[in-house]
Amino acid sequence: MNVYDLPDKSGHFGPYGGVFVAETLISALDQLREQYEHFRNDAEFQKEFADELKHYVGRPSPIYHAKRWSEHLGGAKILLKREDLNHTGAHKVNNTVGQALLARRMGKTRVIAETGAGQHGVATATVAARYGMKCVVYMGSEDVRRQATNVYRMKLLGAEVVPVESGSRTLKDALNEAMRDWVTHVEDTFYIIGTVAGPHPYPMMVRDFQTVIGNEAKIQMLEAYGRQPDILIACVGGGSNAIGLFYPYIDENSVKMIGVEAAGKGLDTDQHAATLVKGRPGVLHGNRTYLIQDNDGQIIETHSISAGLDYPGVGPEHAWLKDIHRAEYVGVTDNEALEAFHALCRYEGIMPALESSHALAYAAKLAPTLDKDKLLLVNLSGRGDKDMATVAQMSGINL
Amino acid sequence: MNRINQTFASLKTRHKKALIPFITAGDPDPALTVDLMHRLVEAGSDIVELGIPFSDPMADGPTIQRSSERALKYHVTLTNVLEMVAEFRKKDSQTPVVLMGYANPVEAIGQASFAQKAQQAGVDGVLIVDYPPEECGEWVDCLEQHGIDAIFLLSPTTKPERVKQVAKLAKGYIYYVSLRGVTGAKHLDLRDVEHMLEQLRQSVSIPIGVGFGIRDGETAHAVAGLADAVVIGSRIIEEIENASRDNALDKVKMLVQSLRNAIDGNTTNTNC
Repeated sequence: MNVYDLPDKSGHFGPYGGVFVAETLISALDQLREQYEHFRNDAEFQKEFADELKHYVGRPSPIYHAKRWSEHLGGAKILLKREDLNHTGAHKVNNTVGQALLARRMGKTRVIAETGAGQHGVATATVAARYGMKCVVYMGSEDVRRQATNVYRMKLLGAEVVPVESGSRTLKDALNEAMRDWVTHVEDTFYIIGTVAGPHPYPMMVRDFQTVIGNEAKIQMLEAYGRQPDILIACVGGGSNAIGLFYPYIDENSVKMIGVEAAGKGLDTDQHAATLVKGRPGVLHGNRTYLIQDNDGQIIETHSISAGLDYPGVGPEHAWLKDIHRAEYVGVTDNEALEAFHALCRYEGIMPALESSHALAYAAKLAPTLDKDKLLLVNLSGRGDKDMATVAQMSGINL
Repeated sequence: MNRINQTFASLKTRHKKALIPFITAGDPDPALTVDLMHRLVEAGSDIVELGIPFSDPMADGPTIQRSSERALKYHVTLTNVLEMVAEFRKKDSQTPVVLMGYANPVEAIGQASFAQKAQQAGVDGVLIVDYPPEECGEWVDCLEQHGIDAIFLLSPTTKPERVKQVAKLAKGYIYYVSLRGVTGAKHLDLRDVEHMLEQLRQSVSIPIGVGFGIRDGETAHAVAGLADAVVIGSRIIEEIENASRDNALDKVKMLVQSLRNAIDGNTTNTNC
């Protein structure tokens, strides 16, 4: 059996990943890489991380059989990995706890983050409060306007939220701005990236912190069902919840993996964020990966009903898994995701995040085509309370 | 000998330092760029750095990002930038032109194809800020095959062993980023620069230009006393930004003239 062992030493997943940054960032990344290499093999660090995940985050998150919904759809059993039950309501906190613990060990007193919808910003503000660090979150001014509740949540947690006015004023611009902050304040500042993108070692490090999802699932599936699932399904924006579930399964070839991207208003329109399905390789935010770009290599604004999937890049490891056909990537539209959102509310009493609703929507398409004994494991990456205003608006309701 | 080496050799015999202004191609209007390049030369610039507009200029500060945004409103492409250089070359066959930008527009054309087209257009050097040495083996080869200098950055945080690595690859001149942060930042510590340049020269044999944070004649003069070249970007872009379309060319020319005077040690009119 081939043992999957990526990235290589310099952070490459095949042609993807790497360290495509200006010289001004190199030494900060070198330092981070060295320190992370040290602590990822440090038993004390791993023990503290595991303790925090258990007692602060509330792990392990259960696997729940969505029985009524599965029966309604007919076909395969749909199982949900309940990351929505984590503290702060999404998988994001697994990673921010890991990076904050690393930041502390590196003696950094200030953490910064980029955020789109605000989920990663909230998860970062949360751990900054937990560990007594100063926290600055960069957020596109357009997103600040759209996500007022999360902005207030971050402020309640003691973070400073800086609206970013450059470019398209969304997630990618927030990331640019956070990088600039980091370059300028690298002595005391740790940049907590929220997804498996950015320059090496971020895609690897964030993945490692998120693999708790897949590692737990492997044990839980054996306990509850005596076997592993047939298919894993997860939504992919940057791709951290998906890689967290997929990674421990990469060498198990009988387990199929499907990443679901935001097809927005349709894959045949220009209003989507389906980077792997519709994009082509290029270099952005420190790594080589698939990008939504025009013919001249300019990055194009993406669209999704779900702010967390609204990103023109994607983690380089997903780009590689696509090219080697180990994972399959598909698109789900805004409307399909909304339908799945409502279905899960009504059939299971669970309000999923709009991001996760993309994965659910694809499961709902797939399940009826499969036998009843097949097991679909869907990563329910976050809860949907944050999305109520968006859903109401889409339904023509003013809250 | 290529134009960049010739320029530095000639400056050396005249005991002068190079003035290297940066403008973004297409800012404030693509129709003005070639004229602007000629004015920069008339005002005493030795090398012209021409920015390739990019939607996500991560290593730049807000001033240069805004210049990119203005250019992109006109959909200025990398191919357009090369056309501008070719147009500039019709009247100026002497002044080196260095393109500066980000990897993705180059990747969209393809590294080899870009290098060939850049040579045809009359480009002398290229600095792609997000191609650090470890990611650009093939890139450097492509440029070399077409007689174009691969320009690299060094920063105050670059470790000595890495300086050696960069020095092996770099051609033309090294661009030393004189402070931590992004372009357009404000605090430049000259003693730090002096100390770092001494260290860099132990490994770097080609000329060293200093940029980031040079905002007035006084600083330009001081930096010229330490380095082989003074690179000025954000301050010039600000001048373009604050000028009307009609007087942008003249304003930039006046600014660059005053910087030239300051660098040459002529103390009159350094108030820019």
